[in-house]
Amino acid sequence: MTAALPSSPPAAGAAKRQFLHDAAEHVRDVGHREFVRRALGGYYTSRDTQKARYRDWEQARDAASMAKWSAVNRLDELLPRFEAAFTANGGQVHWARDAEEARRIVLELLATAKAKAVIKSKCMTSEEIHLNQALEADGYGVVESDLGEFIQQLRGEPPYHFVFPCMHVRRDEISDLFGQHLGTPPTDSPEELTMIARRHMRRLYVDADVGITGANFLVAETGQISITENEGNARLTAALPRMHIAIAGIEKVVERLDDLAVLLPMLATAGAGQPMTCYNTLYAGPRREGEADGPEEMHLVLLDNSRTALLADAEQRDALHCIRCGACLNVCPIFKNVGGFTYGTTYQGPIGSVITPHLRGLKEWNHLSGASSLCGACTDACPVRIDIHHHLLHNRRNAARSSPDRLERIGQKLFAAVARRPWLFATGGWLFRKTLGLAKAIRPPVLSAWLATRDLPPAPAQSFRAAWKRRQR
Amino acid sequence: MIRTAAENATARAAIMARVGEALRIPAPPPHGLAGRSTSPVDAAGHPSLAILPLEAARPWLPDGGATPAESLAVCCENLTKLRAEVFQVPDLAAAADCLAAQARQRDWRRVAWHAHPLVEPLLAGVPCVSHRIGGDAGFDKDTLEACDAGLSACECLVAQTGSILVSSQTCGGRALSILPHVHVVVATIEQVVPTLADAFDLTRERHSGSLPSMLSFITGPSRTGDIERILVLGAHGPKELLVILVGSHAAQ
Ligand code: SF4
Repeated sequence: MTAALPSSPPAAGAAKRQFLHDAAEHVRDVGHREFVRRALGGYYTSRDTQKARYRDWEQARDAASMAKWSAVNRLDELLPRFEAAFTANGGQVHWARDAEEARRIVLELLATAKAKAVIKSKCMTSEEIHLNQALEADGYGVVESDLGEFIQQLRGEPPYHFVFPCMHVRRDEISDLFGQHLGTPPTDSPEELTMIARRHMRRLYVDADVGITGANFLVAETGQISITENEGNARLTAALPRMHIAIAGIEKVVERLDDLAVLLPMLATAGAGQPMTCYNTLYAGPRREGEADGPEEMHLVLLDNSRTALLADAEQRDALHCIRCGACLNVCPIFKNVGGFTYGTTYQGPIGSVITPHLRGLKEWNHLSGASSLCGACTDACPVRIDIHHHLLHNRRNAARSSPDRLERIGQKLFAAVARRPWLFATGGWLFRKTLGLAKAIRPPVLSAWLATRDLPPAPAQSFRAAWKRRQR
Repeated sequence: MIRTAAENATARAAIMARVGEALRIPAPPPHGLAGRSTSPVDAAGHPSLAILPLEAARPWLPDGGATPAESLAVCCENLTKLRAEVFQVPDLAAAADCLAAQARQRDWRRVAWHAHPLVEPLLAGVPCVSHRIGGDAGFDKDTLEACDAGLSACECLVAQTGSILVSSQTCGGRALSILPHVHVVVATIEQVVPTLADAFDLTRERHSGSLPSMLSFITGPSRTGDIERILVLGAHGPKELLVILVGSHAAQ
């Protein structure tokens, strides 16, 4: 399916080289950019229509950010509370320090269930821990049931956008893909394509022994897990198989059921312009006495995988408030121009650029801090008020502190020396104005990258300071 | 091969130790909130429990209507916008006629249902085979999968969002409302509550101590936008959602 299990760490700087290469490729592909832009076009209108139904969207954002803030800052108290309540409901909690441990837990659960067929609903945490590859390596057949994830699974690609996994794929490509894998006749109707997947999947729900899902929220008060989805595939995944396994990061805990009265509608409105996502389902353990159906066992894998490292950074702790709505991707000019794959991360876009350096190392991933125009559109869009674009600056600062660039330091010192001496500054400016035309003609290596896609204006006849002095007279 | 309880306890202790260590430095209040009147920091600068109760947030969220009649109107409007079909009928006899007419019009062969005082009176007129789900009748995936429609009650309807709350305890389990191609909900107008928060209050009142293993807010028929972001109804769940609302406020 997606990339092979990471065995040895990639060469230093590989992630950055890949980013720059893919970004350059992608930016040139005007057709693709246009396609992605058009696909997102309807989002703005529907989001604004829904936002207008709030009596005060900005204050509602305050409430949402506070619900998450107060939970994330009390994880020490709320995680055990959630665990106790979830266990009392008949579920079992499995703690996983890292991806390897989480994969091992799931494999062991599948073995005890003597599982043959596994069905999955959308779960970004499972992408993060490369679960599908591990299951397949052990001989389990896994089917992604979410339409977008299913298409990406057939294509052998990771999700392009963590909420809209296949938004970059055209319908004719999907038609060909289904023809090739499912033997269906070609069609250009999104409706017909959806029905093909629907018919294909129905038997698989009925026949699966184990269903694997993610979780959007863990409610400490009641020990329920909350799953948000539009298609109904998660509902089916948690209804028909004998065992239900959910995988969630530790930061998903909220304190009260009432917090969801704010968070559920805002997640839907911010991320997809809906009043509510189609299915918001709370699960409290396996089937109960007197209930018609449901799994015999319910397990929850609680994953750390470096989230505690982000938690330890008080300045950026709010990045853990993220409810993965995807709004910051939808509005990001960089995302729309370089595309989802260029990031090379599980979580794309602005929030991915903030958290990936924490989850996978600042040295290798700091280049993502530069994948921003710092316009702040992401911060404005975020329903839980994460200070996304400033965190990109914080990451840049932290990277400069931990491994300063010698050349940059010399440059800064040089500039400081010049700027402190007005006569030297004036001379420097004069020299710059005189040689700018020449530099544009010669294209020295330091400027060539910039000049390849941009033009420089002609040098002014005189400096700003000289012009100012003249006006004062 | 199986991970032991001791191994799980070790992992738990390690994670909780890291969490405890990480939280020793307090975080600043959320971005944009510092110094505002709603700031949730207590006197000591620590995050505080319930400084902003949901009560404060209610007036900021979408409106759910101030009176029962208003809530009903908002609810029906939202349901229709979500492409659910709403049928308002005066009494159960009319509801039965309505269901029979829909069954004939849509040519249903099999309908699944569960025992409930609002559901049973509607079955007599249904012109096709009906399968009971749950109770002594048990549950069979294949039988349910072959049904055209699932008929269920609900816990309540939420006007604010046009959502229908179903539970595994009172609405025929988990699959009845999601596996058949059409989901028909029967409810009385008294079951309409203004907001999500009211729905949670109701849940706590009705089920505290023994929560249903599943509670699901259904907001419109199943949908997807995964192909070119174009809306298609009926991804995996029901393609159609019919809501039969019994009663009228004018008559009271
Ligand atoms: S950072 Fe905010 S806007 Fe981005 S996905 Fe998370 S919650 Fe949504």
